[in-house]
Amino acid sequence: MLKIENLQARIEEKEILRGINLDIKPGEVHAIMGPNGSGKSTLASVLAGREDYEVTGGSVDFLGKDLLELSPEDRAKEGLFLAFQYPVEIPGVSTTNFMKTALNEKRKYHGLDPLDAAQFLKLMKEKMKLVQIDQALLSRSLNEGFSGGEKKRNEIFQMAMLEPKLAILDETDSGLDIDALRIVANGVNQLRSKDNSFLVVTHYQRLLEYIVPDYVHVLYKGRIVKSGTKDLALELEERGYDFIKEEVDQAIA
Amino acid sequence: MDVKSNLKTAYSQQEGNSTHLASFQTENWKTFSGMGIPALKHEEWKYIPVKNIFKDEMNIAIESSNLEDTIIKKSILPGTEEANTIVFFNGRFQADHSIIHEKDALVVKSLETAAGDEDALFVEEHLGHSQAYHPDGVNALNGAFASGGAFIKLKKGKSLLQPLIIYHFSDSSNGFRFSQPRILASIEANAQITIVETYINIGGGESFTNEVIEICTGRDSITRYIKLQNEGKHSNHTGTTHVRQLERSNTHAVTITLDGAIVRNNLNMVMEDEHAESHMYGLYLLNGNTIADNHTIVDNRMPHCESNELYKGIMDDQSTGVFNGKIFVRKDSQKTNAYQSNKNILIGDQASANTKPQLEIFADDVKCSHGCTIGKLDEDALFYLRARGISEKNAKALLLQAFASDILGQIEHEAIKNYIEQLISERLSFQA
Repeated sequence: MLKIENLQARIEEKEILRGINLDIKPGEVHAIMGPNGSGKSTLASVLAGREDYEVTGGSVDFLGKDLLELSPEDRAKEGLFLAFQYPVEIPGVSTTNFMKTALNEKRKYHGLDPLDAAQFLKLMKEKMKLVQIDQALLSRSLNEGFSGGEKKRNEIFQMAMLEPKLAILDETDSGLDIDALRIVANGVNQLRSKDNSFLVVTHYQRLLEYIVPDYVHVLYKGRIVKSGTKDLALELEERGYDFIKEEVDQAIA
Repeated sequence: MDVKSNLKTAYSQQEGNSTHLASFQTENWKTFSGMGIPALKHEEWKYIPVKNIFKDEMNIAIESSNLEDTIIKKSILPGTEEANTIVFFNGRFQADHSIIHEKDALVVKSLETAAGDEDALFVEEHLGHSQAYHPDGVNALNGAFASGGAFIKLKKGKSLLQPLIIYHFSDSSNGFRFSQPRILASIEANAQITIVETYINIGGGESFTNEVIEICTGRDSITRYIKLQNEGKHSNHTGTTHVRQLERSNTHAVTITLDGAIVRNNLNMVMEDEHAESHMYGLYLLNGNTIADNHTIVDNRMPHCESNELYKGIMDDQSTGVFNGKIFVRKDSQKTNAYQSNKNILIGDQASANTKPQLEIFADDVKCSHGCTIGKLDEDALFYLRARGISEKNAKALLLQAFASDILGQIEHEAIKNYIEQLISERLSFQA
């Protein structure tokens, strides 16, 4: 599905990713954890194609294509999805109109006919249930005046609509109360299948109680310094990131 | 022949009459002869090279109309087939081509007729009121040719069921056409009207329309006014829409500029009685070398008046958008509420925006605010849309449409709003 090899990236003069290696196979859920500033969100942004970051080395293969060569919109059309840590508020554009445009562009890209109004509405209703999101919310301007929880649910709703092959959840749990977290996690779990994969970026183990990962990786100073199963997340929860930092810093010294 | 002698010939070509109109034209001709065309150093015309529009080859002569019905039909705004229509051809009112369905409410006749019948006093009192706000040669030149104008009266207590749409045709097929339409309108007490003005250049050559429309609104009347400019890259325009809110009345104006060469719109709201209310909205979506300049004036002369103003601009390529918003609050105009905002987005690397709020407040118990912004499209928003698979072009179009939407939302007439939305969507080449 996704194969990252020695990926390096920087913003302005600052090196942030210093050689990431990661292999995600269909059906797998990988979690990326790490202390603040370790490069977690940068990795998510680079994969989605944010142009603020300059890729200085390495390669990313996504379903046989060179991901780094694709525009952000083509990455999305190929089946990549980023659930934003901070979803953007866009006054004047309704979620409904936005989703219809996005979905039909994707369908066109794959040689499919656009959905008509009735088909689109039906699909929307179905997916709305998944994240318990209200129709009224979707008619409003995109994310404008939404609560933190509503914004995150809207991200998962969009993911459900677009049915990506690989979804990257960038700190989707941050700022969520436990009820919203359950709803979001439940939405994600219903979308899990043997064909699609998830990359869950999080600072805390909490989310991983609900979205159980197959693998957990710890990112520190722009490298994956430790990988393991879900037990690693529990260990991190108990001991904090300090023991990993010490291990790494000692190894370098 | 040069422009000046051409103008003089055309001026004397007009048939004389004995009404107030004749002396009005003479005075205006004198004013124009004295002042000439404003140069760039004139503060009010700083960004508009209006002198450049006046070319020697300009066709100014007053010609009889050869306008065909098929051309008019083709130009009717979609969804307004039932509307009352007034047609101007090369700046002159065409009674034969104008169709008024709601005759019991609406009177439309030539300005010349009105100046000699029961409306003569009204004409004498109100014609040329805009000149005090625009004491320049451009306004005066229009006045000198007022004999070709139209007079509109909406009777007391009447509400038009359909809008009144004024089509201005300029025929440039025989070269650069200069047209000077003049309109005086009286919206009487408790009446309601939607007036739409739009401009069509037939012939594909260069054109220049120099228009003055003066509207007087009576007590409790509601006037909605829409000006739609989408004439093409060879069409120049200087226009003044001057509204005297004589009594407690409500005026709502939307000015949409989508195309043109050099375009100047003056919009004046003169609040002459307490509790008058004005709403002024504008959208200019420019590309190529278009220069569009919106000058607005709200003159609060009495207490308890309210005005709201929002103008938005999107400039692509080398286009230039100009906004100048004057708000006067006279000494006795206590409890005035006046709000103004101008927002601009620059798309083209060579595009520019000039914005100047100008508030002159002489009363001490008022609420006034103004603000202006010039910026680029929000990069985060653009990335968000693209990350969902929306092409860069469509993402930009979506954001620009959203930016424009609160202005378009001010157009109450559904069919006209939809038509303008569609024009904008096509312009931004949004592909569904």
